[in-house]
Amino acid sequence: MENQKKLTRSDLRSVFYRSNLLQASWNFERMQSLGYAFQMVPAIRRLYPAGSQERKDAIKRHLEFYNTHPYMTAPILGINLAMEEQRANGMPIDDAAINGMKVGLMGPLAGVGDPIFWGTVRPVIGAFCAAIAASGSILGPILFFVLFNLIRLLVRWVGIVYGYRKGMAVVSDMGGGMLQKLTEASSILGLFVMGALVNKWTHIDIPVVISRLEDQTGQEHVTTVQSVLDSLMPGLPALLFTFLSMWLLRRGLSPLWIIFGIFIIGIFGYWIGLLA
Amino acid sequence: MDISLIQMVLVFLVAFLAGMESVVDEFQFHQPLVACTLIGLVLGDLPTGIIVGATLQIIALGWMNIGAAIAPDAAMASIISAILVIAGKQNVGTGIALAIPLAAAGQVLTVIVRTLTVGIQHIADRSVKDANLERITYLHLGALLLQGLRVAVPAFVVAASVGTDVVQGALEKIPDVITGGLGVAGGIIVVVGYAMVINMMRAPNLMMFFFVGFVVAAFTDYNLVALGVLGVAMAFFYLQLHPKYFQGMKGGRNGNTAPARADTLDNQLD
Repeated sequence: MENQKKLTRSDLRSVFYRSNLLQASWNFERMQSLGYAFQMVPAIRRLYPAGSQERKDAIKRHLEFYNTHPYMTAPILGINLAMEEQRANGMPIDDAAINGMKVGLMGPLAGVGDPIFWGTVRPVIGAFCAAIAASGSILGPILFFVLFNLIRLLVRWVGIVYGYRKGMAVVSDMGGGMLQKLTEASSILGLFVMGALVNKWTHIDIPVVISRLEDQTGQEHVTTVQSVLDSLMPGLPALLFTFLSMWLLRRGLSPLWIIFGIFIIGIFGYWIGLLA
Repeated sequence: MDISLIQMVLVFLVAFLAGMESVVDEFQFHQPLVACTLIGLVLGDLPTGIIVGATLQIIALGWMNIGAAIAPDAAMASIISAILVIAGKQNVGTGIALAIPLAAAGQVLTVIVRTLTVGIQHIADRSVKDANLERITYLHLGALLLQGLRVAVPAFVVAASVGTDVVQGALEKIPDVITGGLGVAGGIIVVVGYAMVINMMRAPNLMMFFFVGFVVAAFTDYNLVALGVLGVAMAFFYLQLHPKYFQGMKGGRNGNTAPARADTLDNQLD
């Protein structure tokens, strides 16, 4: 067929590069909308002639409200590229079909991306690398940067190519429970590691003395609140603080206010000798 | 410590990068582990930068932008507290304590910029009439520039004034009770970050994995790699064994041997 419009490999690449800046103009009105149009620019330029009504329509289409997890945009973008290509070649795909796909997928994909990337990948890699970096080792920051970006760029590129190749078939793929499995698995890992961190990396010491006993050999045994708590289960006060924070956060209190509150508890507790 | 002009310019650039990343959230230059390390590199004290970064990273573990909710700003907190610790000669604990109000200030500033960007979005709408694609590109990048300056300008001001007597005097006047108390609080405030992550993923049926992690860490000396492997293994077993993922077996040869209870649950879910 003559005059078949086709996106080249280099178009896909430049869309991929631009997609790394998706959120640059994030605003409270239409959120990632301008960013979405920004990443579509190479495709719009290729598919719709300069100054044509088609190009204006395409710009309008992609300046609609849009917001999802930034990395999970990739499959949406890929599907969208395939749809735009078909449309430019005369297939009857209207604005509603394209916007319906975007709006229909952005919610579920944000629901998957947030727990996977913000809830598991970044906290787990961050905690692991912070442990290495705590002694001043440069390996920590480098490993964090390399690992996170490797995963992120892979998800972006594979997502775009996969969406572009399979088009709307992706939607039925997603229905197969694959995404739900991935979300649940990552939540399990994330929650498990958070449980371990609450115990390992929270330092609370309550040195209030309950009793001093001298045994026959003249050795002194000091029992403090902390040692009683530790014999029950190490880390109990940390668990308590965690649940208190979770509860306050769910009631809509800003995390910074909770941190300020803990500062005040810390200063007061240190002053009266309750905490050390 | 006196900061040379070249170092100030480099601080400005690192802060600019962190500011841009705090909105795009891609390469993670705004995360403490990376941002504080770069400030350490620029100011000639890499190990201290890395240690500040590691400490702040744990606190900022759960700071994430979800939907339209804007998190405390890790970029501003990391950059300025690293400058105060390295060039202002503060201990890490005080630096962290100072980072918290900075995170709040950064959050307010990014909310302001994200509101101003609504105007940029409206200017971009003109391209719908004249099909101008270049305008979309430069407006989008212009908004990014604003976000970079949002952190770079305050960082530059702090870098320029941290060596002065006024700032040094103010930092030295912090009483011991406050610094000691902040040190104590520093061991506790990490739970807020954990709580944010847990709240985001909280599914009642999965909370048991949190308690398992807590108990395993309480009574073993496993390091994080070992814990990570355990976590992955448990996730794998969960997917293998949970009845709701058994659907594929229904039509198969083994369909009849599946436990009756799992089948009824399956049917209910369908």
